[in-house]
Amino acid sequence: MKVEDVLRQKKAAILEKWFQLLLDTYPAETSRFLKEEKNQFANPVGHAFYQGIEGLYEGLLQGLEPEKISPFIDKIVRIRAVQDFLPSQANAYIFLLKRAIREELAAELRENRVPIKELLTFESRIDELALHSFDIYMKCREKIYEIRVNEVKNRTAKLLERANLVLNLP
Amino acid sequence: MASVPKPDELAKIDHKPPKTGWMDTPVKFRRGTWLYAAKPKYLEAIGFPNPREWSPEDEDWKLPPNWKEIILEGLRERLGRFRSLQLFMDTCVRCGACADKCHFFIGSGDPKNMPVLRAELLRSVYRRDFTAAGKIMGKLVGARDLTVDVLKEWFYYFYQCTQCRRCSLFCPFGIDTAEITLLTRELLNLVGCNVDWVMGPVANCYRTGNHLGLEPHAYRDMVEFCVDEIENVTGIRVEPTFNRKGAEILFITPSGDVFADPGIYTMMGYLILFHEIGLDYTLSTYASEGGNFGSFTSHEMMKRLNAKMYAEAKRLGVKWILGGECGHMWRVIHQYMDTMNGPADFLEEPVSPITGTKFENAKSTKMVHICEFTADLIKHGKLKLDPRRNDHLKVTFHDSCNPSRAMGLLEEPRYIIKNVCNHFYEMPENTIREQTFCCGSGGGLNADENMEMRLRGGFPRANAVKYVHEKYGVNMLACICAIDRAVLPPLMEYWVPGVRVTGVHELVGNALVMEGEQERTTDLRGNPLLGMDDDKNA
Repeated sequence: MKVEDVLRQKKAAILEKWFQLLLDTYPAETSRFLKEEKNQFANPVGHAFYQGIEGLYEGLLQGLEPEKISPFIDKIVRIRAVQDFLPSQANAYIFLLKRAIREELAAELRENRVPIKELLTFESRIDELALHSFDIYMKCREKIYEIRVNEVKNRTAKLLERANLVLNLP
Repeated sequence: MASVPKPDELAKIDHKPPKTGWMDTPVKFRRGTWLYAAKPKYLEAIGFPNPREWSPEDEDWKLPPNWKEIILEGLRERLGRFRSLQLFMDTCVRCGACADKCHFFIGSGDPKNMPVLRAELLRSVYRRDFTAAGKIMGKLVGARDLTVDVLKEWFYYFYQCTQCRRCSLFCPFGIDTAEITLLTRELLNLVGCNVDWVMGPVANCYRTGNHLGLEPHAYRDMVEFCVDEIENVTGIRVEPTFNRKGAEILFITPSGDVFADPGIYTMMGYLILFHEIGLDYTLSTYASEGGNFGSFTSHEMMKRLNAKMYAEAKRLGVKWILGGECGHMWRVIHQYMDTMNGPADFLEEPVSPITGTKFENAKSTKMVHICEFTADLIKHGKLKLDPRRNDHLKVTFHDSCNPSRAMGLLEEPRYIIKNVCNHFYEMPENTIREQTFCCGSGGGLNADENMEMRLRGGFPRANAVKYVHEKYGVNMLACICAIDRAVLPPLMEYWVPGVRVTGVHELVGNALVMEGEQERTTDLRGNPLLGMDDDKNA
């Protein structure tokens, strides 16, 4: 059996496990809230995370190009880039998929129903995703600092202009 | 090379949260999440204790030797003075209704941002020193000693509350977290633990009347700048007056409307409106700030800064006060001013000189919100409006926390927008009106050094904007608060690029047809009106 077929069959269970592993990177009270509150406006983080991992999983199965997958990475990483995480922690969610898959496919692997080589190839694609995730993480972090610099500049720009302290060429 | 980690060290990425309980997990001051400490000169200017150079990152916060006694005595005194505080400390049953309502909890995932736990940071100390059970049983009943770590925790988390009061809406006892935050900040002030972004504006406001410390000539000059811009767009020169005795109305607005982008376009909207209806009003270069950062500091400071409004109204001999689009200014006016600095018996009950409408809701404070005033003008058909001039905008409305939750101003801004714009779309109902999500930067948090924290707190709001942006193509976020106008643009830039921010009266300024005006080809920002580009090309 091809690994993609098994992964498709077990999609619901793997996604649930991945989601839980992702939520476990938060304190227990938070994790519970992120999982249980279903309203997308009351719980925007949990909603974005689930949409993100679902899109990523589908993208991996379909072998989509990175640019088609990146909006789903963005959904997750844009949030984790402003939360209390180190860069390694913010991006670790991708590797949690490997763990979810290995645990869910434990029996198939033990009994050689899924060729290990195929799984390793699939896992390499997950590794590639992690690199894309890091790219997007860096873009978010750079954006934060860009916004900060612009805010400082804009704060007094009008005043300086009015006080004739800046020269605006026509 | 010695410092490069080995592969097995690199593989040990701990992405799990700490396992210790909340009481035993001290705060880590990570850059991007906290505010700079107040400069000594600001504290000296207003006579606040313990002015010194320090940073929250430092191990030693240079507290006074008897800091603990000062705080506990301060708490004892406030428990006596504010019955509300005593109730808030005693009545919480930890039902959890508030827990997931805070934008900072939702956006950060940090449980200490749950309003119940934020209050517990103070309550645990209250229990230890002010209740019999806490004195005897300590931690068993949720009591703990006041230590330097606890003080640091207070500083960290009570400057992660924007005093927006969304949590209070869901509390069955009506516990007002904004009050708890204000009172805890009062305690922190007693030992000199305050933030620069709040104390700077407070000290400036106390001296010159506005947050930036603009002196009268500079203030006037900035307003004149708006006058020039209005002339460019409309061909009409409006003529505001300053400090004019005997004017009927004193107009007070946040100084952000006078100097900050995009607030200045809202200012232009006010000036256009007042000119068109021939209002007898004056601006003041002393009451040149609607905002009151005292309300993020202490009850006394709030009172001291608010007093200038009535003092100036009295000095100028106006009949009543009209207030601009501001957030916390309206909470202070609606919930505190009358008892703090009133009664304003030298003023008259406000009556619109154009429509004759009596603003009975302002009978006591004598201060009317510009949105009530303008909505009344529109309702009586006093304004000639061409909403097509806003056709290039697809607008949604963010209820600013204080006008919505602290004064119930829900319909008037919407009524105005619907009359001056053809394309208006509401955000989902659990994110607007009384349930509105905060911008994430109110309460004195709108500095740049804590940008990450602001982006966390603003995420629930941005998420709802993103929804209408994607669904209806919304490209303009309207609001009636100067802090909103300052902080929502960066929030949009990060979470929802393509959405800009406006005050409601900027939209009014665009749509209002002025007598004798030139044909308008641009909006107040100089952007071409819809169809104008095509006309030129044709």
